[in-house]
Amino acid sequence: MENGMNLTLKVWRQANAESAGQMTEYKLGNVSPDMSFLEMMDVLNDQLIRKGEDPVAFDHDCREGICGMCSMFINGEAHGPNRGVTTCQLHMRSFKDGDTIYIEPWRSAGFPVIKDLMVDRAAFDRIQQAGGFISVNTSGRTMDANAIPVPKADADKAFDAATCIGCGACVATCPNGSAMLFVGAKVSQFALLPQGQPERKERVLNMVKQMDEEGFGNCSNIGACEVQCPKTISIENIARMNREYLSATLKPEN
Amino acid sequence: MAKGIFQSSLTKKYVMAATGLFLISFLVVHAAINAMIFFNDGGKTFNSWGHFMGTNLIVRTMEIGLFAGLILHIVDGLVLFFQNRKARPVKYAYEKPNASSQWYSRSMAILGTLILLFLVIHLKDFWLKTRITELTGNKHIYIDGEWVENLFAEMQLVFSNLWVVIIYVLGCFSLFWHLLHGFRSAFQSMGWNYSKYASLIANTGDAFSVVISALFASMPIAMYLNLVH
Amino acid sequence: MELNSKIPDGPLDQKWTKYKNTARLVNPANKRNIDVIVVGTGLAGASAAASLAEMGYKVKALCFQDSPRRAHSIAAQGGINAAKNYMNDGDSTYRLFYDTIKGGDYRAREANVYRLAEVSANIIDQCVAQGVPFAREYGGLLDNRSFGGTQVSRTFYAKGQTGQQLLLGAYSALSRQIGKGNVTLLNRHEMLDVVIVDGKARGIIARNLVTGEIERHGAHAVALCTGGYGNVFFLSTNAMGSNVTAAWRAHKRGALMANPCFTQIHPTCIPVSGDHQSKLTLMSESLRNDGRIWVPKFKEDAEAIRAKKLKPTDLPEERRDYYLERRYPAFGNLVPRDVASRAAKERCDAGFGVNATGEAVYLDFSSAIERYGRQRATVKGMHNASIEEIIALGKKVVEEKYGNLFQMYEQIVAENPYETPMMIYPAVHYTMGGLWVDYELMTNIPGLYACGEANFSDHGANRLGASALMQGLADGYFVLPYTIGNYLADEIRTGKISTDTPEFKEAEERVVQQIKGFFSNNGTQPVDFYHKRLGKIIWDYCGMARNEEGLKFAISEVQKIRQEFYANVRVPGSPNGMNPELEKACRVADFIDLGELMCLDALSRNESCGGHFREEFQTEDGEALRQDDTYNYVAAWEFTGNPSAPNLHKEALVYENIKVQSRSYK
Repeated sequence: MENGMNLTLKVWRQANAESAGQMTEYKLGNVSPDMSFLEMMDVLNDQLIRKGEDPVAFDHDCREGICGMCSMFINGEAHGPNRGVTTCQLHMRSFKDGDTIYIEPWRSAGFPVIKDLMVDRAAFDRIQQAGGFISVNTSGRTMDANAIPVPKADADKAFDAATCIGCGACVATCPNGSAMLFVGAKVSQFALLPQGQPERKERVLNMVKQMDEEGFGNCSNIGACEVQCPKTISIENIARMNREYLSATLKPEN
Repeated sequence: MAKGIFQSSLTKKYVMAATGLFLISFLVVHAAINAMIFFNDGGKTFNSWGHFMGTNLIVRTMEIGLFAGLILHIVDGLVLFFQNRKARPVKYAYEKPNASSQWYSRSMAILGTLILLFLVIHLKDFWLKTRITELTGNKHIYIDGEWVENLFAEMQLVFSNLWVVIIYVLGCFSLFWHLLHGFRSAFQSMGWNYSKYASLIANTGDAFSVVISALFASMPIAMYLNLVH
Repeated sequence: MELNSKIPDGPLDQKWTKYKNTARLVNPANKRNIDVIVVGTGLAGASAAASLAEMGYKVKALCFQDSPRRAHSIAAQGGINAAKNYMNDGDSTYRLFYDTIKGGDYRAREANVYRLAEVSANIIDQCVAQGVPFAREYGGLLDNRSFGGTQVSRTFYAKGQTGQQLLLGAYSALSRQIGKGNVTLLNRHEMLDVVIVDGKARGIIARNLVTGEIERHGAHAVALCTGGYGNVFFLSTNAMGSNVTAAWRAHKRGALMANPCFTQIHPTCIPVSGDHQSKLTLMSESLRNDGRIWVPKFKEDAEAIRAKKLKPTDLPEERRDYYLERRYPAFGNLVPRDVASRAAKERCDAGFGVNATGEAVYLDFSSAIERYGRQRATVKGMHNASIEEIIALGKKVVEEKYGNLFQMYEQIVAENPYETPMMIYPAVHYTMGGLWVDYELMTNIPGLYACGEANFSDHGANRLGASALMQGLADGYFVLPYTIGNYLADEIRTGKISTDTPEFKEAEERVVQQIKGFFSNNGTQPVDFYHKRLGKIIWDYCGMARNEEGLKFAISEVQKIRQEFYANVRVPGSPNGMNPELEKACRVADFIDLGELMCLDALSRNESCGGHFREEFQTEDGEALRQDDTYNYVAAWEFTGNPSAPNLHKEALVYENIKVQSRSYK
């Protein structure tokens, strides 16, 4: 630990949604390569608190890459330089002594900053509320789980789409600030399963409508989202949503 | 709902893709006819096809559609461009876009603008002269019992200027990058992206972009170097 | 205080049916005028909030995260049990019930567990109907795998993300009700007190974590679905935000805390790497289906491995000790968690640990890779496949099954588990103890319910793998929606609950005073400093093994930590607005009190059972030794105002359907 790395951090500091923010520089020494990125932030905050300064607010919870809460834009990339991982899974061994690291919040009209690196992603919840579900009430009387066989290929594809953790990296990294990978993944999951068929058309129309109202940009197929998605969700899911929406628009009735 | 659908981000995508594919189909026809200059028959075949395209009623009607498609493509592109800028009101202090995407995919608006600028010059050079004003120099030529516009001569004249050739070649470069993203993007937008065909679409798109752009660029160069007669 | 568990009369397999048939109902028109607050949006909370809203109640759902989908249920990996018997291996409701009681070392209520087993099959049906993409076989039907402590395959799964898929299912059901206006979502809100009016729970005090405002919310009933308290150890597999605050504040208002010393140490977690560590990462129990656990047979090999002079892959078979297979031939690597954890600790304590700290054992996939490779080669008709081809095929199969877990491991440890065995060590994972509830999941405070991990009811002294998801969803989808009506039927004439009452004012004042205290003490140490100290004490003395002396020492240490904490903790910033350090301070204050109660509980239980291993009570070969005559009860603790002197109430456990015997997995 004595021979850890010395880093220069440039961190976005913003007191609250209303105030203006700025990049602030911090020096941090003795960073172990075995630390996760967020543990490095813990060390920074520990020092700030001891100095009587306000620690950096950032979202985090599970710290194992599944809750989707952590959301840092690190050196120009969502969740940092490694692929298929979230910020909490990023380890300091991916950096070297003397590095300068820029840490910024997700930037999107749909994700207003709450404080420092924390943003409000309720827009994703509202998109989900607009149609990201199958309308089945709780009952002990649904049909047996094996009553409808689902081809393994479809089940696997639905699963791959459903692994989205809703972190918003797709929006953060998209040069257009588009949320279509998130929405496409949810639309795909249900479109691929027999249980999702009855509401298939209504679902895609409603979710896209809500997405547009949230202030996200338009997709122009740049493809950055799938590269930086921590769950490597494919833009095939966006294509599927495009198909679904087109058919729902041209032939609205089921 | 109906109104909503026309404003939807996905409808804008379809319009972009559909007009894009339509314009691609035009490029095919345009390149094919122009390539006839390489027959080295003094422009005979080329000129007679040019005459056909200029006088045929169906083609002329389609020309209106072509302009409509082009304008729609431009307007839709501008709307997308400005909306997308609004979607990120605060920019990142540190950006590293090349880590996850191609520069030309991110630069469709600027590439499109360059193509548009080139088009203005191009239309002034040829289309305007054949349709509205007059051709310069040897205006007409007698082919197969008919006087037709001598576009071949016009090309030779226009492409004798090195600057014009350079502008055209640059225009073709813009077209190349625009197509490199645009071709496969159109398929993705329409939802025609099945993993089975993904590489077929990508390869076709790449090949198409190279062939079309190179073909177009070769014409002013060949004319300037007097390689076609 | 008389503890009435309200278990219905009649034969075990008819209790729940009988209850449902006779429970009072609230008619749809009245439901619209009844408010229910659900705190927490994990599997139990989201499923309860969605189901109650579907039934017509007006629901408020709280979560401290930015979205209900972040609740830590999302991190559950391996699977969910259900007595479907799709595998035709002799499974049944009774067997699931039996395995769970036995797995819990005979410290759970029969009636609750039987009900859990009974509704387990409905959970799978419900989730599939919601579009949860469970793993399937090529024929399109659902696949199952095996988990610890059972001899059947009854675990449904979605790769290593079962919790995520189930939670997203419940979250989508909840989202649907939010969209319909039946549920009001209060995200980034933390409950800081429960308000009791005339002996009944009538609402809560919550802090809006964004604005810092202290809010009053009234309701006819409150359900706490706030998860477990594993973070008392600081290092655990829980999320950083997982906390006991809601449950503990309810405890301080009179709700009993049951069996707090029953904590589960999960055997397969990634070992601690250094002082900077903020949390531990679980490697799913499902890995024990295919991974074999071993340490070197000889100390010199262990030492050479620790010094990095020897690679584990170079150690020949005869110099390896597959200690679980050796000690427990019947269950092998699939013994229950408490047994596997203790066995790992035993080997490491004896000097056979394999990483630099000496606290790690190997979880090895090489034989599984070869076995699967041969199978796949046969299926593909490659009869003369080379060993390299077989290994390559085998790695593919293992990747299909556990790909995301292997990737997680590689990210953290920077070693490729396909090539070299994983290193694992036990870590705090789950807490069986929790708020005492009766058969209706109601605490001893009328109108206050506890569901999922927050209650104590179903897992006894040790939870079996893939049963937490089952319990969370059973409570939220299929139990609470029935039982809450039985209480709310009396509330139809109550009218809207006013928050403008002295009780609400007093509760709010208490919360405000505590928060003020954190800013006015001129402290110097960050919250984590105390949390880490507390965690170390609890881990060392109330962790995998406990003894009287250590527990007494721990109690005095915790009391010291409490004093220093209030005198010297530094919370920067202000109470107005987003302040994560303040959130942590409120939580750690409660962890300190809880930590002391855990030690007191462990001290009072002079026996070993499940996750509670008292060194004084073990068999000759180191197995847990229960004292059924004296300790066959639920220890339900009452808060007295002094956290060091709680009152113990006992609920005797009666076994009418299962013969209590010593648990053996040999």
